[in-house]
Order: sequence, then structure tokens, then C-alpha cells
Amino acid sequence: MKKIILTIFILGISNQFFGQDLLDILDKETPKTANIVTATFKGTRILNGHSIENRKDKELEFIISHRFGRINLGFDELFGLDQSNIRFALEYGLNDNLTIGFGRSSFEKTYDSFLKYSLLKQKNGENSFPFAVSLFGSVAVKTLKDYDPIDKRTFAESLFYVGQVLIARKVSPSFSYQLTPTYVHRNTVRIIADPHDIFALGLGTRIKLSKRVSFNSEYYVAFNESQSIDARNSLAFGIDIETGGHVFQLILSNAITMIEKSFITESTGDFFGGDIHFGFNISRTF
Amino acid sequence: MKTTYTFLICFLFIYNTNSQEQYLTKNGVIKFFSSTPIEDIKAENNQVLSIIDTSTKKMAISILIKSFLFEKALMQEHFNENYLESDKFPKATFKGDILNFNKIGGLETKCDVKGIITIHGVSKEIVIPSIFTRIGNTIFVKGEFGLFLEDFSIKIPRLVVKKIAKEIKVTFELNHKPYKK
Repeated sequence: MKKIILTIFILGISNQFFGQDLLDILDKETPKTANIVTATFKGTRILNGHSIENRKDKELEFIISHRFGRINLGFDELFGLDQSNIRFALEYGLNDNLTIGFGRSSFEKTYDSFLKYSLLKQKNGENSFPFAVSLFGSVAVKTLKDYDPIDKRTFAESLFYVGQVLIARKVSPSFSYQLTPTYVHRNTVRIIADPHDIFALGLGTRIKLSKRVSFNSEYYVAFNESQSIDARNSLAFGIDIETGGHVFQLILSNAITMIEKSFITESTGDFFGGDIHFGFNISRTF
Repeated sequence: MKTTYTFLICFLFIYNTNSQEQYLTKNGVIKFFSSTPIEDIKAENNQVLSIIDTSTKKMAISILIKSFLFEKALMQEHFNENYLESDKFPKATFKGDILNFNKIGGLETKCDVKGIITIHGVSKEIVIPSIFTRIGNTIFVKGEFGLFLEDFSIKIPRLVVKKIAKEIKVTFELNHKPYKK
């Protein structure tokens, strides 16, 4: 017993002499706040599809995306580089959680617009929350006149709708993944056997290779497919390179298009058969 | 019974350590500036914790890296993710001795604070020229100093090297009040 008392006394005295370490006091006094996880993905796209990331308040981003033709077209087409599908887009942060965007793809002369809202954030520390959720909705209109002149398509008949729930988790600073349940509605389909509504699930990952380079992959599996085309699930691999205000994404994908309604439901390329489109996304934030 | 009393007395000893001699702030302000012909970058953190112990003449500061706010959100993200790596090194700290502490009075008094600063996991000895003002039961400390990024192994990629100054100017304002445990 005496020994214990002696120990406590010595502790008490030493405490008097040296004081509590000041940094320990500061640690104790640090307010315990939830820590929002940032940079789950580097860009607003994983590769073809959207990531949970939004543009911040009043930030304007200009995105140019390209997908070239199929690599297996061979030398005559310079491995697909002779063909290209381009999408220009302006995307703007209405606030930190809501982004609006407008784009135009050369493929089928399609205009698209979208809203993306960040509903829940991943947090650690106090009041932690394990994943982030964003909601995405878009409308696209195909303006290519690929119909019979007698059977003219109306504006409403040229519309496509997409709804997505983006659920992502940054597991560690170097690994993030995202699950993306997707619903696509087409007002017009080619043949009666083609569904107007298509359901799909996306899986995307990001692996950081270095501070500014990451390796991304993205796969969308569709649960029902168009019968009029040999539709295939979309698969893409790519590299993100970040430099100051830019993010470059270099992409290999079996889809030539860059908007949800197309690459999820209309891809026909067989990735492992060499139907690979090389492409890139370049974004500049103002 | 006797032992219980002894225990109580011992605990009194432990918990009765100089509470009136410690002064604390939880909302100190630290700003930094990087100035180059191409771009000026500044950030502010107004949740800085700082403590002064007047009996030992020691001072300590703790800064949460994520609490630095930038004008551009993208800069803040890069600052956290690429430069300061705040997931790995969430805090910057300083711990040191206030030299000539006894001179401090009501007027602005120049005092050097000498100690160890730790940023990005790298510790370095530093002398921070500061101005102390003690009015009533507050101790106000302000000052300005420079830090070199390379001293703290913060690497700047070649592409943006012209946009970020090698030496970062830091200013601070810390208004300490008596610390009640």
C-alpha cells in the first residue's frame, strides 16, 4: 500500500515540477468535429460516368472529351484516330453541393444537360458516416435526323432520361470505390422489342499510384438490353493525371460515347475482342 | 480510512497544478501568403489552439491543417491532398520557450519564442519574433515569420513551381484567456 501511495506522491510532485505537456492540453481541448472526407475521386467523372464529386460553389469547369474509333480498325484508320466523337461541356457549381451542366456530343448530335446533388458526405471522427451519396439526373436530346422523312421524330420523341444514385466510399487515401444504380428511360426505341426502361449498376474504382496520378476502372452492367443491337456492358480503364487546375484522364473503353444514356445502353464494342476506343477528358476549372 | 485520506490528498496534489498560470485560446488566427508574379495564394485558419504557461514560460500551438480556408476550393483540396497530406499529418504544432518573458507588460513587448515547429511530419528548430501584450487577464501575441517549403519536405511539382513561392509568409494573432480546466 505504502508503495502505491509513494508512487502517486511522486507522480503528483513530478506533475508539479514539469507540468502537463502543453501540447497534450491542446489535444484535449481540440473541438471534436466531424471530418468530411474529400477527394474521393479526382474529377467529376470516374471515366465515362459521373463520380460523386461536384464542382464547388461558383466554379465553372470546361470539359473537352474525345473518344476515337476502335483500335482494332488497324493502320488504315490509324488505329481509330481517324474517327472521333467529341463532347464539349460547361459545368457550373450553383453551390458546393449542386452542379449543373450542359454538353454537346458530336455522336448523333446529342445535347445533354444534368443536375448533380451531393446528398450525404462521408465523414470520420465524431458523427462518422461510412459513405457519400450523390443524386444525378440528366436529360439528353438526340438531334441527328436518322429517321425516315415521313416518320419525323418530335422533340419529345428524341428525349432520353437518366437517373442515378452515386454511392461512394474512400476506403483509404489511395483507394476509393463507387456503386452506381442507374435507370435510363428512352422515349423512342428502334424496335418494339427494345425496352424503354433500362436498369443498370455501375462499379467504379480509383487506385492512387502517386500523389497526382491514379488508375481508374469503371464497369456498368445492364440488367436488360436492347434487342436491336448487340448491346454489351461498358468497361473502361484509365489514368487520371492532375496538374494544378487541370485533370487529364486518358481512357480505354469499349464505348465511343460519353453520356450515360449512350454508353450504358448503346455500347456494342467487345473490349477483349479489341473493340477499344482510346479517349481523353480534359477539364479546366475557372 | 487513513489511506483514503492520503489518496485524496495525493489527488489534490495532482489536480491542483497552477490552473491560473495557463492561458489558452481556441480561436487564434494564422494566415499564410505565397506571392509570385503569376499568382498570389493565401489561406486563413481561425481555429488555432494556443496555450501559454506563465510559470514555466512555455508556449504551445496546435493547428489543424484541414481548417485552413482558401479562396479557391480546388487549391484547398490540393493543399490538403498533395502538399500537406493532411490525412497522414493532420496537425502542425509548435512548442517552445518564451525568451525574456519577465519583461512582458501592458505595452507591446517584443519577445522571441524559441522552439520546435512540426509541419508535414518534419520538425525544425525556429525562433519566432513575436509581440506580446498583457492586459488584465489576457495575453495577446502576434507576429510574422517566413517558412521555406523545402525545409518541411513539401515538394512542388515542376509545372506549378512558378506559381508557389519558395518562402511562405506566416502571420499569427493569438488572444489567450485564463485556462479553466
